[in-house]
Amino acid sequence: MAGEDNRLELKDVSHVYVNEKGASLAVEKLNLTVRRGEFVSLVGPSGCGKTTILSMLAGLMPPTGGQVLLAGAPVLGPSRLVGYMLQQDFLFPWRTIRDNAAIGLEINGGKNAAALKEVDRLLTELGLPGSGSKYPHELSGGMRQRVALARMLATNPEVMLLDEPFSALDLHIKLQLEDLVDETLKRLGKTAVLVTHDLAEAAAMSDRVIVLAANPGRIVKELVIPDEIRKATPMEARKLPGFQDVFDQLWAELNRAEGGGGHA
Amino acid sequence: MPKNEHSYKKALLSGLQEDRESGMKELHAQYKQKARRITAAVGTTQFTILLLFLALWEAAGRQKWIDPLLFSYPTKIVNQLWNSMADGSIWPHIGMTVSETIIGFILGTLVGTGLAALLWWFPFLSRVLDPYLVVLNSMPKVALGPLFIVSLGPGFNSIVAVTLSITVIITTINIYNRFIEIEAGYIKVVRLFGASRAQLFRLVILPASFPVIISALKVNVGLAWIGVIVGEFLVAKLGLGYLMIYGFQVFNFTLVLSTLIVIAVVATIMYQLVAILERKLTSGWRER
Repeated sequence: MAGEDNRLELKDVSHVYVNEKGASLAVEKLNLTVRRGEFVSLVGPSGCGKTTILSMLAGLMPPTGGQVLLAGAPVLGPSRLVGYMLQQDFLFPWRTIRDNAAIGLEINGGKNAAALKEVDRLLTELGLPGSGSKYPHELSGGMRQRVALARMLATNPEVMLLDEPFSALDLHIKLQLEDLVDETLKRLGKTAVLVTHDLAEAAAMSDRVIVLAANPGRIVKELVIPDEIRKATPMEARKLPGFQDVFDQLWAELNRAEGGGGHA
Repeated sequence: MPKNEHSYKKALLSGLQEDRESGMKELHAQYKQKARRITAAVGTTQFTILLLFLALWEAAGRQKWIDPLLFSYPTKIVNQLWNSMADGSIWPHIGMTVSETIIGFILGTLVGTGLAALLWWFPFLSRVLDPYLVVLNSMPKVALGPLFIVSLGPGFNSIVAVTLSITVIITTINIYNRFIEIEAGYIKVVRLFGASRAQLFRLVILPASFPVIISALKVNVGLAWIGVIVGEFLVAKLGLGYLMIYGFQVFNFTLVLSTLIVIAVVATIMYQLVAILERKLTSGWRER
């Protein structure tokens, strides 16, 4: 792959958290490249630094060592090229749905009538037609996470960082939203990094799954998902014959990463 | 009414759609009727207590069970109130006290919010000032009254200063505490969009604290009344607090008690107005 196609790069990245109690090594010497249009998932035991990696990619904190590159340039702070979706929706209860979805535009100074129309179109596309003037408390959890998705997409970022965005939802809603996010990101040709605890979710949504080990966080395995599963929607992928095999491989890797015994 | 009970029970058992609906309507009607009965009973009891109290007071005063010179009695007080309203002598006092109170609680809330914003903006300042705020907060601030009179002169300014001294510190502490306990996720959302500190304050911190600011406004109405009345006790030549002290000095307790009633009425009205304002401003807004 040509260099300019690398959207995200981690080069020998280490991060140390320092507080009163002392310093702890969260991740050590990570090397990872995500290409344009690729969907990469990070899985691993808790404490393997998944969220640390996302925070560094988002420019919320600089790495203690090494380099984080976005489209070839070092990441110095939050960028318009990057969108971020959190585990909870964190919609502002005093703002209407439309104003919530448009908050990124408001911060970047891009909030105007045309942009708001675009936000309304986006809300409709994501299955929330006519709810622009409602308030968050009038919506269900799944609906609100859709608004959070719209909020991320409204500023039209190239790279999406998904920090366990489905983990707080009921299974039924979760599967629906996985399909929606997958379909939307593929259609728009976005690059995505997903952090998740759910191996099936990682296998169903990704092109590549990175398995991390903890203490300190490091990459232990990279699994490329077979083509037929990648091309299917997450819902369909789960039903494909090769899916269980991918899942089992991930399961075995994760067990090894946790230092546990050989399951599967 | 046993007949009613039977009718809805039968309606629910019959299995017909219309019967079921009418049965449920009946239950709802019964529920509402019961709620109305209780509300009416509460109202009646409240009114009766007031009436009994006034009647007892009147009788006790007229029969000299209590010293009417000290405790007066209702008709005398009503008379006093009526006369002072008819000859217009009460209005300047009410006007003065009300304007001092309004300025006091609005200014107290604004200054408190401003200070809280300053502490939020400069965390270093907040750590430096923390012990001073604790000491100032524990101190009975009306004790500063004489100091204000000496420095600001006897009158309007010192009275507002007394009011501010009571309201500002506690407002600052409450609102600042709200500022710093706003959930990190909300802050993360705007930081990820590259928001500046000013944008963070304007888009998240301030609106998220809005209910606390409004409730501070409400609390400050009560505190401002204390400040104004004490301030007027100390220095004023005009105002309801002055009127009370004056009544006390000339041994006219009818005047003292009638002024007390005016204060109660005006303070209640003011509090209710702020409560209505609160409901207006926070409608649609709901914490999850």
